[in-house]
Amino acid sequence: MATVTPPPAAPPPRRSPTHPHVGSYAQVNRDIFRMLSRPGRGWWMLFIPTLAGVGLLGFAFAVQVVLGIGMTGLMNPVGWGVYITTFVFWVGIAHSGTLISAILYLFRAPWRQSIYRAAEAMTVFAVMTAGLFPIIHLGRPWVFYYLLPYPNQRLIWPNFRSPLLWDVFAVGTYFTVSAVFFYIGMIPDIAAARDSTEVRWRRKLYTAMALGWTGTDREWKHFSRAYLYLAALATPLVLSVHSVVSWDFAMSIVPGWHTTIFAPYFVAGAIFSGLAMVITILIPMRKAFGLQAYLTPRHFDAMSKLILLTALIVTYAYATEYFMAWYSFEVPERNAFFNRAFGDYWWATWIMITCNAFVPQLLWFRNVRTSIGALFTISIFINIGMWFERFVIIIVSLSHEYVPWQWGTYMPSWVEIAILAGSFAWFFMWFLLFIRLLPPISVAELKEVLPSPLRADGAAAARVGPPADHGPSGHEGVR
Amino acid sequence: MSDRSYGILGVFHHSDAVEEAVKGLRGQRPADITVYTPLPHHDIEHAMARPESPIRVFTLVGGLTGAATGFAMPIWMSLDWPLITGGKPIISLPPFVIIAFELTILFGALATVLGLFVNAFILKPKASHVYDPSFSAGTFGVFVVPAEGRAEEARAVLERAGATEIRSEAVDA
Repeated sequence: MATVTPPPAAPPPRRSPTHPHVGSYAQVNRDIFRMLSRPGRGWWMLFIPTLAGVGLLGFAFAVQVVLGIGMTGLMNPVGWGVYITTFVFWVGIAHSGTLISAILYLFRAPWRQSIYRAAEAMTVFAVMTAGLFPIIHLGRPWVFYYLLPYPNQRLIWPNFRSPLLWDVFAVGTYFTVSAVFFYIGMIPDIAAARDSTEVRWRRKLYTAMALGWTGTDREWKHFSRAYLYLAALATPLVLSVHSVVSWDFAMSIVPGWHTTIFAPYFVAGAIFSGLAMVITILIPMRKAFGLQAYLTPRHFDAMSKLILLTALIVTYAYATEYFMAWYSFEVPERNAFFNRAFGDYWWATWIMITCNAFVPQLLWFRNVRTSIGALFTISIFINIGMWFERFVIIIVSLSHEYVPWQWGTYMPSWVEIAILAGSFAWFFMWFLLFIRLLPPISVAELKEVLPSPLRADGAAAARVGPPADHGPSGHEGVR
Repeated sequence: MSDRSYGILGVFHHSDAVEEAVKGLRGQRPADITVYTPLPHHDIEHAMARPESPIRVFTLVGGLTGAATGFAMPIWMSLDWPLITGGKPIISLPPFVIIAFELTILFGALATVLGLFVNAFILKPKASHVYDPSFSAGTFGVFVVPAEGRAEEARAVLERAGATEIRSEAVDA
């Protein structure tokens, strides 16, 4: 029987293990810089509501400034309400950006490249959002600069023993370093955008922002070292910032706040909520711009595992708090925790526990971790749950502070709700501008995880991507 | 007029070709080589064998300055307005450690950026005219200012390594 011997097959083109559907350096530029174009109707339909939301924020804040802090629901004993809750929420959201970019960079995690730029942008914008709240919360917001140590006529200085002042330094440093890390890491990509754009104002903008970057070996050498040191500095900074925020509470003697586990508990919770927000943002972006080849199920799987880990830490912290309240025989502490679970705000506590401890357990299943729809839903639950975690810690603890005749219940006013809603609009407004103006996925670092073009590949294979790199195979494994 | 006012640019599509070209050119000193790449490429960096970047010194000095400032500032300010709060000493070091920590990071990071700007010679108003926009997309460039009388040799090295295009360019003033 004669068998037909097939002709000797050419060796298959080498593929990146992380991005098998991305073929060449030029394709990366094409696919990513396609996003830096004139926005379509969908973008405007998202952007205009965010502008309206920012207007609402401005209006509500103006009402509060003119009519006074009494426009909020704040009262005795609950002097910290939705504003501080939302402040801690946004600082927490800010955490995963630097986690993903700096910590995963130091650990050389192979799934970082596609997501870190968007995560860093999220960090910068989340800190910008968080930073509004301490100022909004002030009775006299126009004198917020009293917090800064500057020589003044009053000849006085801030109190360096106050956790609130540590916050000024921690959050201020965090914003500066995150913004610097974000921008410096983007310089080579802005230069690439400069070289590829045809639009005049964009070219001017990118030329100015690229600072004359040309990608010489000398520039790359210094850049790589600087980036490494920035990552090494940002890593302890991430851990310190939310620790300092937690000490705003833990340094006091309010039952429910005065506990030593607050720093690691807050840091884990911050990373948990930040990763959830990254997923909430990346999934629509991936769909809108057809980035399936860049944000693969593998990326979402890896993020889900980190979320699961931090969910377990958070769950453990919740359990520890209740255990310590019971085991310590401290009557105020026991009362505080009984009140959390069964008092006036029982619903908030159970929303928090359901969203943060129970829902993430679904991520044990691989099917859930690779299902984009399920992940998006879970990430929304976590966002809600983590806002309520701060609500529970702050408001429930304060409402049953010391002696029983001083107890009270707080409910946010419309001004506070409007400012809370407006903060989301403010955050998404910046993010929407970002994805149209600056490369939202790192071009240079993606090239690093692609196989280097070698002479052995043949000139054709190196320049032309693998077949069907935009085709349905890019959706492989996504359900 | 020395012939070092002109250099030769080779354009490449393959990273191993760049590596070979760089190794070949490094053989003929004193050649001044610049490689343009769209990504930080370790093999090419290794072939260039440039000295360690001095940015680490900037980071270290910045960080130490920050730590010193972070202790000195609260101590001086506390002494300038010596108000006892909570029965604690005027100079209470444990809380000042937090300020010092944050300023270490802040100053260290800003000094690192300064180091980058100073050393990488970016912040120039115009890119070198040798630069080709395709270098940020997918191609590599090797620009060499050869030693006197060795231009032909350098050109041959680039050609042998597989440059797809070779052209002469004036060196920036």
